Amino acid sequence: MKEPIISVRDLVSKFGEQTILHDVSLDIYPREITVILGRSGCGKTTLVKNILQLFQPNSGSVKIFNKEVTTMDELEFNSMLSKIGMLFQNGALLNSLTIFDNVSIPLEQHTELSVDIIARMIRVKLKLVDLTQAENMLPAELSGGMKKRAALARAIALDPVILICDEPSAGLDPLTSASLDELILKLKNLLKMTIVIVTHELASIHRIADRIIFLDEGRVLFSGTLQEAKKTSIPEVETFFRVGKFG
Amino acid sequence: MKYENQILFLDGKLTKFTVPDLLHELLQYKGKKINTIDLSGVSSIDSAGTAFLDELVLNLQDFKPQLVNMSKIVESAVSTFSSLSIKKPVSGRKENFFISIGEGLLRWRDSVREAIYMVADIFYWSFVGLFNRKNQRKGSIIQQSLIIGVDAGGIIALLSFILGLILALQSAAQLRQFGANIFVADLIAISMVTEMGPILTAIILAGRSGSSIASEIATMKVTEEIDALRMMAINPIRYVVVPKFLAITICIPLLVTLSTLVGIFGGLLIAITYLDLSAVVFFDRVFEVLTTKDVLVGLGKSFFFAWAIVIIGSYYGFKVKGGAEGVGKVTTQSVVASIFWVIILDAISSLIFYFKV
Repeated sequence: MKEPIISVRDLVSKFGEQTILHDVSLDIYPREITVILGRSGCGKTTLVKNILQLFQPNSGSVKIFNKEVTTMDELEFNSMLSKIGMLFQNGALLNSLTIFDNVSIPLEQHTELSVDIIARMIRVKLKLVDLTQAENMLPAELSGGMKKRAALARAIALDPVILICDEPSAGLDPLTSASLDELILKLKNLLKMTIVIVTHELASIHRIADRIIFLDEGRVLFSGTLQEAKKTSIPEVETFFRVGKFG
Repeated sequence: MKYENQILFLDGKLTKFTVPDLLHELLQYKGKKINTIDLSGVSSIDSAGTAFLDELVLNLQDFKPQLVNMSKIVESAVSTFSSLSIKKPVSGRKENFFISIGEGLLRWRDSVREAIYMVADIFYWSFVGLFNRKNQRKGSIIQQSLIIGVDAGGIIALLSFILGLILALQSAAQLRQFGANIFVADLIAISMVTEMGPILTAIILAGRSGSSIASEIATMKVTEEIDALRMMAINPIRYVVVPKFLAITICIPLLVTLSTLVGIFGGLLIAITYLDLSAVVFFDRVFEVLTTKDVLVGLGKSFFFAWAIVIIGSYYGFKVKGGAEGVGKVTTQSVVASIFWVIILDAISSLIFYFKV
């Protein structure tokens, strides 16, 4: 059995009186694409943000690279973040910077590479996401899909070990969505990346998922491989894979 | 890394962590002829490593170096991450000096036209809004009056008091020498009523309310709230700007009056404690020197200051481009422009009412 690269145990997360995550435990394995599924409001984004310490959970443990991050000091955690890329739901590009400059931020902050090497790396990442001609444009000048691809280029700028994508296909047309999936598969195979994806897109799940985690009302309803998910008798999961909708 | 028979042998990891050291190490082979780069010893490579190889190949292009003995994983990474075939996008055409000036003038003409349309819109909807309250948020004028007027009252009063005090103190030092103590009342009364009261109030409002109007509208624009209002068939000027415009029109005479009175009281304090004048004598003199014209000019021009602040704040707010940085930029521009135009309007009013040939 492989050692998990991210391990969550008994995670509880609350907003005021409302409990969003109830004792969530799960494992993410290296070099796999894990898809986190669940209906809107079930706590998927909260889970991802708890793992990355963007929200502090109320209790529980989160281990990344076998190190507890809930008690980790800021310096150590920041150095760990250079191995993790995050694609936010709305891209979260800095609007005052060009696409080129947006992608350059992690490279300038976390490496001592020369300007020429950084420029080459940026152009390669922009080529990977098919945005070569947009490098001098501002985010406000891009369409929603282009913004998301630019944000993906920024997330993979440092060739991270772990890439976390919050609804990467949302708002994209099926062709762009399929090409994004191909890109994600390529990143996984080529850079041996561990990829965690929050998505509802059934077609996308079939194309890329190795493992599924199904959340329902803040609890893990199912965790297993794609093949196991397709055969499960858990009604919510079974309905989703049969009709592509939450039951 | 080693060099033998025009072959450069690279080994170990070629990653973002090792590339800076490799660049240093490479300096010792500067000027050497390298026609082959052997990658048989490379165990892992990422996009930084590939960018390093690209730079190396480019710098050695006279010798046409070949990358050889790549493992499958290295070959795959190089084929994916190589940037040699990527053409740098061509940036926009370079304009000559006269084209730049011409375009600048055209932009200026468009800005003036936009500003005139907006001013007309604001006055039209403010006038209509007085009689037709439909499509206006309930209580918005009162809410804005509280924000623009009541919340600013404290700081305006404090600064006016200090200003009156300073004016009286500095002039008293001179007037005492000539036994002309009583004229401090003339000086304070006329300067506070005609000049200091209106202009101090306007400058504080420009910094406080002007910046808030510009940043609020700019933020609404970049977050598409203005577009959402338009899509709901709501005129953004009427909905967002007019309540502020009416509120500032109501508040400005009250704030100027407050500033003037408190400033005169600041002067009175110095007159009593430093010049040994009594309050009765001081106020007798104040009422004697002030004319109705002074009071009306002071209050009248303050309306123009207030309108300029709202119009300029709104104009820059609607003009915003980009995101957070754009909001900051237009906010600063609006404060600078508001203060500039307040002073220009003040100079115009002085010329109209006090210039005698």
